[in-house]
Amino acid sequence: MKATNIFDPNYFHKVVDCQWACPAHTPVPEYIRLIAQERYTEAYMLNWDSNVFPGILGRTCDRPCEPACRRVRTEEKPVAICRLKRVAADNKGEIDAYLPKVPTRKNGKKVALIGGGPASLAVARDLLPHGYEVHLFEKDPGGGGMMRSQIPAFRLPIEVLEEEVDRILDMGVITHFNHEITSMKSFLEAEDFDAVFVGTGAPRGRDLELPGRTEADAHVSIGIDWLSSVAFGHTTKIEGKVIVMGGGNTAMDCCRTAKRLGAESVTVVVRSAFEVMKASDWEKEDAMAEGIPIINNRPPKEFVHENGRLKGILFECVEPVEEDGRLKYVPSGEPDVFMEADHVLMAIGQENHCPWIERDLGIEFDKWDCPVLDEDTLQSSNPKIFFGGDSALGPENIIWASAHAHKAAISIHLYCQGRDLKADRPPEGVNLISQKMGVHEWSYDSAHDPAERYLVPHVELKKALSNIKTEVELGFDQALGAKEAQRCLNCDVQTVFTEKLCIECDACVDICPMDCITFTENTEEEALRIRLTAPAANLEQDLYVSEELGTGRVMVKDEDVCVHCGLCAERCPTNAWDMQKSVFHIPQLGSYAE
Amino acid sequence: MTFVAKPRVHHPKLPVNDLGLTRRDYEGPVSTLCAGCGHDSVSAAIVQACAELSLPPHKFAKISGIGCSSKTPSYFLSKSHGFNSVHGRMPSVATGANLANRELYCIGISGDGDTASIGLGQFAHIVRRRINMLYVVDNNGTYGLTKGQFSATNDKGSTSKKGQPNLYEPIDVVSLALQLGASFVARSFSGDKRQLVPLIKAGLMHKGFAFIDVISPCVAFNNHNGSTKSYDYVRGHSEAVMASDFFLPQDEITVDYDPGTSEEVRMPDGSMLRLHKLDDGFDVHDRVRALNYVQTHHSRGEVLTGLLYVDPNASDCHEILDTVQRPLNELDVAELCPGNDALQGINESFR
Repeated sequence: MKATNIFDPNYFHKVVDCQWACPAHTPVPEYIRLIAQERYTEAYMLNWDSNVFPGILGRTCDRPCEPACRRVRTEEKPVAICRLKRVAADNKGEIDAYLPKVPTRKNGKKVALIGGGPASLAVARDLLPHGYEVHLFEKDPGGGGMMRSQIPAFRLPIEVLEEEVDRILDMGVITHFNHEITSMKSFLEAEDFDAVFVGTGAPRGRDLELPGRTEADAHVSIGIDWLSSVAFGHTTKIEGKVIVMGGGNTAMDCCRTAKRLGAESVTVVVRSAFEVMKASDWEKEDAMAEGIPIINNRPPKEFVHENGRLKGILFECVEPVEEDGRLKYVPSGEPDVFMEADHVLMAIGQENHCPWIERDLGIEFDKWDCPVLDEDTLQSSNPKIFFGGDSALGPENIIWASAHAHKAAISIHLYCQGRDLKADRPPEGVNLISQKMGVHEWSYDSAHDPAERYLVPHVELKKALSNIKTEVELGFDQALGAKEAQRCLNCDVQTVFTEKLCIECDACVDICPMDCITFTENTEEEALRIRLTAPAANLEQDLYVSEELGTGRVMVKDEDVCVHCGLCAERCPTNAWDMQKSVFHIPQLGSYAE
Repeated sequence: MTFVAKPRVHHPKLPVNDLGLTRRDYEGPVSTLCAGCGHDSVSAAIVQACAELSLPPHKFAKISGIGCSSKTPSYFLSKSHGFNSVHGRMPSVATGANLANRELYCIGISGDGDTASIGLGQFAHIVRRRINMLYVVDNNGTYGLTKGQFSATNDKGSTSKKGQPNLYEPIDVVSLALQLGASFVARSFSGDKRQLVPLIKAGLMHKGFAFIDVISPCVAFNNHNGSTKSYDYVRGHSEAVMASDFFLPQDEITVDYDPGTSEEVRMPDGSMLRLHKLDDGFDVHDRVRALNYVQTHHSRGEVLTGLLYVDPNASDCHEILDTVQRPLNELDVAELCPGNDALQGINESFR
């Protein structure tokens, strides 16, 4: 194998599994260390800088970081990264002094943001400090988009939402609430914007064409529309027996909301198997903990009604069969099942929907009705129009909206300044900083903490169900947060190897608790992986290969299960190993020194 | 010294041996020797050998004298019996332990000072007495604990860290062991576990006195350009006479050498040592030639490594003395103290 180029910003970035998995590349280990040091404000700002909504995401994020956490591979349960983010948000101090300054003299460029959700807000935050005049158009009476309309208050208290939304609006966004754009064409003709950003989300909930659907319409609601009407106070109760159809997070929000609004019974029915449901594990657990049954492998056949009055739903019974690694569903042979229902909430997915964008404006759409975009710039085929969030690439999570926004803001800036959208983008980079403070002293807590994941305390069930605004999760307090923070393996403190200092004494090989290090003859990767002290079976994790050493061998380190305890550096007599913190430069508009 | 404890967490696929133990269960607390000390690699090799042989840790007696080397039994096999004895007196204690309990695997760890200086007399006699044990010398040619004076195994002409040459001839412990009748004699290098681990396994399984001289560089005082026991010097000047692989009775034999160059040595328990000759002029069963060979290479400034002599049918002290077959702690009062009649009988036999 060729020697590893550790100055490629991606090499060590991949070792920080959580940060690599985060669409916004939030520097997770760094903010967890700040929490451990009780520097909550700094931890919050580090988050705010990269993901824009730490308080909201600390409660609602889909947490792509957690399944990626190295602790899953070394000991099973990941660090509670998401809930630690909330600890930073809950305990932060005054942050105004840390916020970017917005110039009073504008740069003369006007940018329109259509949709008031996370993507548009994050674009606004990136553009405002650069002197742009930013107009935000939103059909609802307040900012926040789906964060306000689709996430129930028992998961995301309104104060938390408004604090983070208003922080951005207060930076000088010119808001146009209750202002739905119904025609892009007339919008572009009427207004004179230098660039337009579309962040209108995936606003259409899917429906099912089944017998009886039309007749029973009065008793069937689309999940996200129903949640939205609850959020804005139009719907305050639901009566009788409720069936929620669908297995995603919206379904979980629907059933838990229905339970709080007075339903006699709530049941979730899913066409697929429990294991493959789209809902996050913790959302399923929370719903079940509230006494809501989830019934799987039941595709619906018919809405049963009596003269338009819904009686219930007839379900087919299937069972999953694995075929070529994929689940297929075959009839199980059981008779069809009828389940009584007075109301059905359909939460079977949502999709992009842009009927208001005329198709003759030079904005191309693909066969799934998604805009055709340049992946790197998020620019549409109409050069002044950019997309981000769910409206760009289909339904994802809030954290993706933040990531798209940073990209789009750079593009909009370059576009408005007449520069090249690709060549002039700020580059990625990495800094490596030694953490050695003295003999046997490291500037990070290198010792491995074998503690198991701490559970987030919940409010008492009866209290939780009695009020839709009562937040279910209490969050970690400072003491529990400090304990959970200790579980972080500090994967951003990298093991950096300097060939010319190594005397091949084997001290690092002998001390490594995870058998990561091997000195061996070099060969092709496939053969090398088998030859190591512990075979490197996880192909997704790289091997760190040194240049040839004095004996003609190379040092090979399998990054897979390294716990970053620093013992290799501790036991190295020549400092050939050093623990160096990697700091990645993820391009953002703030990266420009303007 | 290292203050950070080695965490208990281990590789998720760490192999488990026949006793259900992993290699980590054979470790001790983290070493307090200097970082990079060859002795730590020797300890790691012992850990690996014992784990791979699936030997129960509580069936070990590890005995040492004084010195950096003699600290190391703390750092391996923490669940075994141990005795850190007096300087140069490890052989006496090992002899006692082995005579009292012949069922324990006896590992003696000593250094070049402990064996070739203050302990030379004791060393000579434990070899003669053929105590059934594995005697390992962590040989770094220097007195590390007292800051780097030449030891008795340091080669004439090699220098101290400050450049002072050594004026005296070295004692070669391998030659001594060969001459005094050791039935298993090997030399190895702490930086070469591929060679060292099979030798330790074979030494443990050998019946009789097994001796391994391990060149184990002292990073603090004897790992410089004027040293003949530095990592670089040993790597540049060592010549292996044998490659050896050790197999348990149930193991699948995986290494296949050309016929004529390899030899199988059966151990009393049915395990097997497979030797692959790297040097045609060498015979591993010829004590006199081995002595000559070691000396010839030494005069050329080369370090001869590998298994240098083995007598698979050797006898040990228990056989020579015709001792009782069981450990003394298993004998009951009647056996240990047969009474006045028996004593009178013995006394009568001397009259």
